[in-house]
Amino acid sequence: MNVTTMGTGVRRLDGPAKVTGAAMFAADHRPTGTLHAVLVGSPVPAGSLTHLDTTAALAVPGVVAVLGPGDLPRPDPRLDEVSVPPLATRFLPLQDDRICYHGQAVAVVLAGSLQDAEHAATLVRPHIAPAPFVVPADAPVRDATTAEGYAQLMPLTEQVGEPIDPREAPVHVAATYAQPDRHNNPMEPSAIVAEWDGDTLTVTDSVQHVYAVRDTLAAALGLDQEKVLVRSPHTGGGFGAKAFVWPHEIIAAQVAWVMGPGRPVKLVLTRAQMYAMVGYQPAMWHDVALGAAGNGSLITVRHDAVNTTAVTEDYVEFATATALSLYASPSISTSQRVRRGHVNLPTFMRSPLDGPGTWALGSAIDELAHAAGIDPLDLRLINHADTEPATGKPWTSKKLVQAYGEAARRFGWRTRPIGGTVDGQWRIGCGMADATQGQFRFPSQARLVMDRTATVTLEVGFTDIGQGPGTVFPQVAASVLGLRPEQIRVKYGDARLPFAGPTYGSGTTIGVGAAVLDAAQRLRGELARIAGWPADEVSCADGRLRRDGSQRVPFSRTDEDIPFTALMALHGGEVAVEGSFALPGGVPADAGPAEYATRTFGAVFVEVAVDPELGLLRLRRATGVYSAGRIVNERTARSQMIGGIVWGWGMAALEASTFEPALGRWHSQNLAGVALPVNADIPAAIDIAFIDEFDEHAGPLGAKGIGELSATGTAAAVANAVYDAIGVRVRDLPITPQRLLRRG
Amino acid sequence: MNEVSPGHTVRTAVIVNGEQVDLDHDARVTLLDFLRENQGLTGAKKGCNRGECGSCTVLVGGRRANACMVLLAGIDGAEVTTVEGLTVDGELHPMQRAFVDHDAFQCGFCTPGQIMSAVACVAEGHVGDDGEIREWMSGNICRCSAYPQITAAVATAAKEMRS
Repeated sequence: MNVTTMGTGVRRLDGPAKVTGAAMFAADHRPTGTLHAVLVGSPVPAGSLTHLDTTAALAVPGVVAVLGPGDLPRPDPRLDEVSVPPLATRFLPLQDDRICYHGQAVAVVLAGSLQDAEHAATLVRPHIAPAPFVVPADAPVRDATTAEGYAQLMPLTEQVGEPIDPREAPVHVAATYAQPDRHNNPMEPSAIVAEWDGDTLTVTDSVQHVYAVRDTLAAALGLDQEKVLVRSPHTGGGFGAKAFVWPHEIIAAQVAWVMGPGRPVKLVLTRAQMYAMVGYQPAMWHDVALGAAGNGSLITVRHDAVNTTAVTEDYVEFATATALSLYASPSISTSQRVRRGHVNLPTFMRSPLDGPGTWALGSAIDELAHAAGIDPLDLRLINHADTEPATGKPWTSKKLVQAYGEAARRFGWRTRPIGGTVDGQWRIGCGMADATQGQFRFPSQARLVMDRTATVTLEVGFTDIGQGPGTVFPQVAASVLGLRPEQIRVKYGDARLPFAGPTYGSGTTIGVGAAVLDAAQRLRGELARIAGWPADEVSCADGRLRRDGSQRVPFSRTDEDIPFTALMALHGGEVAVEGSFALPGGVPADAGPAEYATRTFGAVFVEVAVDPELGLLRLRRATGVYSAGRIVNERTARSQMIGGIVWGWGMAALEASTFEPALGRWHSQNLAGVALPVNADIPAAIDIAFIDEFDEHAGPLGAKGIGELSATGTAAAVANAVYDAIGVRVRDLPITPQRLLRRG
Repeated sequence: MNEVSPGHTVRTAVIVNGEQVDLDHDARVTLLDFLRENQGLTGAKKGCNRGECGSCTVLVGGRRANACMVLLAGIDGAEVTTVEGLTVDGELHPMQRAFVDHDAFQCGFCTPGQIMSAVACVAEGHVGDDGEIREWMSGNICRCSAYPQITAAVATAAKEMRS
């Protein structure tokens, strides 16, 4: 393969569109006759709606309709056949009188102007017979139901080897690590424009997978799939909040159906509604116990995780995945349980599973290192998992030891002052932790078309949520076709295009990338066929097809070559090929090839400063080195890893959504009362590197997913650095001044 | 004081990206909704609609403002510049170019606001060093978290804009 365009830092092809305002997001669409829809949320977390007083709202000039329960069509029974996920939740508001969480939609106001709709929404009076509600964090811990949904995604309990009481080990630690609810808060609130034309529904949506929206809306409305057109030109970040199909998307389509053709309905969630109408990462409590021999070698790992969920259904945050995968141990015991309360349903948030898992385990292993008197990095090397601990399967590829070494070298770990140094009022500390993330693979297809002028167009319906697919996939095709990436047009974000796997689970590059690679190789083969040359004796460069010389030295002087344009003239029409990436057994998703364990790894080192008098915590620098397979574009990959470390900093030091127990609602439903990292929080010194790696088993591209890997590990590294700085072990996130001042 | 009822119409004249716009409008319309819904200038984004995120940042009279917090009726006679107005004859503004060069965005949703804020940040003289840029660019949240690259882009463009 031509490597000139692979791995290098190709600039984002959509850069000019994104810096000029030309890039279109869902809410930027304004079809003629648009009605603005504004949701009215329940002011209480539990009860039943007895009456919806719409009189004042309907009296507002410009208001077209106020719709409540009973005004929207019932979902077609086919919706029952759509699994959860990708349907985010089976509980669909506006279908009956049940109130299960604060902010749950109880009415929709429609008006020609946003101002009229917003004003009228404040005048809708829902009469609700309130019922007692349960604060999720106070609910009893219980087993999750495995009847359907998220609890089915992985086993709820695991026992590897024989159970061993950690307290019987020569060195042991046990503690509870907690983390708060956190909201994804992408900058773009979820938005959808739904429009009927006859029996065809067109939606422009802000999502991470257009095909799930198509299939779910088709089922909910009883339509054939081809009668639902879904577009998502650009998505303004998702981080999981737009991965699955949430009720507001179904509601918007239903409302548009009620309004009829020629009245497109635009529903843009407010920032406050982003706290109620889509998911978030639930609060968790991790009981972790580790037992080791005197030399630090683990004998047993125990991780019992509990997360909050809704009364409507169980969401399980499988944080114990990390305990089953990261460190070698003959005995591993895990369990996952839930607390159910009156709150909207949580969901996957960057980074699910291993984000919480690395926080808990990455803290516990640091405590074990101190208990055993072993350097935290050495303890990790001692317990390196050469095969997957839970199964004994070989890894598809793993260069974590090299990542440890390179990260330690770049950071200066071996020469750091231990136990904190002083810089003015600041105490400086260093900490490290593992980054790791399980992998998901999704089947994908891709079409490449070379037209009469030899212009190449890539067609595949992935969504752009910012990670760079509009650049990376043209790169993949360009590398085979000997073109520059910018010479390849790309059509995406439309469910009419060849099927792309979702943009979540870090699964885009493995699946879509492999399909694009296959399509590009097929197109090259077609060009060879037109030229009358064997497909395995050709290569492409500079817009020409070449037949390699007898010495098989590419582009030797004995080569013959033909310009693509001449080939297309010879062919007399366009050439279109389909590439695909299929999973063994034709399954819709897997976690890698069955005979292997597939994961990404990395090492994160941070230096923090703590002011023990004021309880202030600052990030001074960070180094992350990753073993993540082949990196297709170092530039966009580096940006993702920096972003992930910032997410980790937010998890470590800032982010928490407080559930107000007296009112039964999120206390702050905005971006002011919930702290998020801003520019001033983040130093320039975030150092990123990738270990040179090609994972031949994960997929033909040799790449794996990195978007979630990036946000794992950092929270533990920060807590470990705080301990190094001031000797205080903080086990509750975020590490706020209060927690530092009360010393944990 | 006269009471303004919902839907009350007022007349406002503004200059948007160099073009005079006179219109009768609902008194409740914010500058952001005017730009997006009336003018079709959708570069400025609505991330929170309460002045917390900076995605809607535009220049009003040369100063950066959260367009969601500005009532159109309150800026009669003002000059408004949006991200669409930065590009001259298809040529990217140095700040736009620097954002591309430094890979200072991912999803691109906050980017128009970041860029408008950055242009004002340079004009204000708050670009003495990286620390000052970080502080004065902290009204614009980037959840993709391209902060180091944004800081580098502002520093680079500032040099070019001041030379």
